[in-house]
Amino acid sequence: MSADLLVPFPVLLPLLGAGLALMLSGRPHAQRAVTVIVLVAVVAISAVLLVLADRGTPLVLWIGAWEPPLGISLVADRLSSLMLLVSAVVALAVLVYSIGQGMTGAERETPVSIYHPTYLVLVAGVSNAFLAGDLFNLFVSFEMLLFASYVLLTLGGTEGRIRAGTIYVVVNIISSMLFLTAIAVTYAAVGTVNLAQLSLRLAEIPDATALMIQLLLLTTFAIKAAVFPLSFWLPDSYPTAPAPVTAVFAGLLTKVGVYAILRTQTLLFPESPLTTLLLWAALLTMVIGILGAVAQSDIKRMLSFTLVSHIGFMVLGIGLATGAGLTGAVFYVAHHITIQTALFLVLGLVERRAGSTSLVKLGGLARLTPLLAIMFFVPAMNLAGIPPLSGFIGKVGLLAAGVETASPLAYAVVAAGTVTSLLTLYAVAKTWNLAFWRTPEQAHEMALTIAHLDEGSQVPGEPQLVRHRGHVHAGSQQFDDSAIAEARRTIAEEGTDQDLHELLEQRTLDERLPRTMTGATIGLVAVSVALTLVAGPLYGYADRAADNLLTPSVYLDAVLPEGVR
Amino acid sequence: MTVNLALLLTAAGLVGVGTYVMLERSLTRVLVGLVLLSNGVNLGFLVASGSPGDPPLLYEYEDGSIADPLPQALVLTAIVITLGTVAFVLAMAYRSWQLAGNDDVQDDVEDAAIRRLAAADEASEGFDLSITATPDDQDEPIEEEGEAAGVAADGDSSDAGVPREEDS
Repeated sequence: MSADLLVPFPVLLPLLGAGLALMLSGRPHAQRAVTVIVLVAVVAISAVLLVLADRGTPLVLWIGAWEPPLGISLVADRLSSLMLLVSAVVALAVLVYSIGQGMTGAERETPVSIYHPTYLVLVAGVSNAFLAGDLFNLFVSFEMLLFASYVLLTLGGTEGRIRAGTIYVVVNIISSMLFLTAIAVTYAAVGTVNLAQLSLRLAEIPDATALMIQLLLLTTFAIKAAVFPLSFWLPDSYPTAPAPVTAVFAGLLTKVGVYAILRTQTLLFPESPLTTLLLWAALLTMVIGILGAVAQSDIKRMLSFTLVSHIGFMVLGIGLATGAGLTGAVFYVAHHITIQTALFLVLGLVERRAGSTSLVKLGGLARLTPLLAIMFFVPAMNLAGIPPLSGFIGKVGLLAAGVETASPLAYAVVAAGTVTSLLTLYAVAKTWNLAFWRTPEQAHEMALTIAHLDEGSQVPGEPQLVRHRGHVHAGSQQFDDSAIAEARRTIAEEGTDQDLHELLEQRTLDERLPRTMTGATIGLVAVSVALTLVAGPLYGYADRAADNLLTPSVYLDAVLPEGVR
Repeated sequence: MTVNLALLLTAAGLVGVGTYVMLERSLTRVLVGLVLLSNGVNLGFLVASGSPGDPPLLYEYEDGSIADPLPQALVLTAIVITLGTVAFVLAMAYRSWQLAGNDDVQDDVEDAAIRRLAAADEASEGFDLSITATPDDQDEPIEEEGEAAGVAADGDSSDAGVPREEDS
């Protein structure tokens, strides 16, 4: 019983910490201390919850000691605790990183007094979503994390961020309204919002009504998780935010949607897995997402598209609805949270060191800062799924689960997954070649060539440029209109845009990266590598979590005592 | 459970109108849409709570004439959340107006790029089969014919190819 009392702390501590941090808004140091302490505590508690939940029975707490099933329940089963722990670790790393950025940053775009409390509310919302034992609590936690994300996304209120924020806010308002409608319909149909009770009662109502509720919920969560065709808001809104904000959004927010899909599909609708629909969604998400990534000339945008694309892998696992598929999905979520966040943190460092994340402007980073190059290379290869890294293990698990299912559609999705992995490799290799490997002079010359393309001047020794349907192909690279325009701006004598070569000549860049930022990034990259080292136990854990998901009675027995069903 | 038809129709009307207004470009209109939509959805909750007019009080009224209090509690929470959202969107619309002189929901960057490409593509290979047949002298009538055929054959791309004037 006493262990159950730990369950609400991952929500309570950040909320209390947010209040405290708000009161300390005049004292940045105290604020930072509060935030770091709170997040360290959340990591510790989540780790304890993980160990306890792995004993077999989920931990359940009915808030306010109301008699079940009257109150609000918080449930930490294997899946929830894993998500809690991974998200807490990632949140802590990003926070340390953003402290490093804030202390040494010349830009005053991130008002510190708002940042810390909002960040804590975001963490509380994410934790609450993982623990929520009823639909309405899930809605409230979505709103908590959304509100925090609205504020974080539009920090400083610059024009670009307001533009991106507008789209993000409108999309999320609509998904919230859909969710609310779904809850109203559910309550009207079965008279409860408790997930455990829903699981029992939804089986008794007509199939058509249950299907409608399922599709409403699925649409809502698919918007949050950025599943095609509801993914278009993501690549547009994420890249404009400050680097740590993008990192934490990319890591956590979409995964909350994936978690919600996983939970509702397995607990509420075990009889109707909608395999065909979800597999099609997975296939299209993967392929269309990665095609978007390949076309980008800005690393941040490229990564946002890979984020969308790789959500498809998790949907694939959920859609298969077999033990192997769910295991793969759970493992992949844990892997992808760390990897995507690490990559965005590295990008923040790239932006700081080289003044840009545009492939038109960058070059020679591997020589300039070898450490940064390693920090990019390892997670990038992990993202693409190069053996022996955890991305490879997760992908193999999912693809094997697809082959096991052996339906034509499953084979098609497996093929699409393989193509997606290869194209991811292509996209990150292109980034590596352009931003890290070539020299800044080469980058400068290529920008010159692209910019003067119409005048027909061809710099000798450079790859032949071919113009085709609005794109410019230079060797194996391809640039679109916006990249060409950017190259022109960069090259223009009086322009304010400058590429790395020019910046290096003028020596206007910081020579050193702030140690806290580098440290936090190295830490997270190390965590992602460590996931490879502990992949065996972790995969075993994911397997047990998937087992629990496939037998809802474990959840039901823990939440609802005998006699209140 | 008996369902109150008036309540249901009002809810449906509010949701319909709210959705329509939300499709507007201007953020302030989206806001009006949000308010209508959320009120509609909240009314939907009341439908679920039993016949309207009954108080949600236990003990003082006989069984069967009390409303279910839970949906009302949920609606209260939803109203508070909507209030917060409205405040935030209003602030954002104002900031957008301060910076850009309007509060329009802007086009997606990718969307704009695709539209540019589509516009550039309008008279590309696929459309000009008849021109390839007569490579040197591109007579006006032939070109028009080719275009007309292309449009007829591929209505989608010609739609996408027309840039929308009011967006820029």
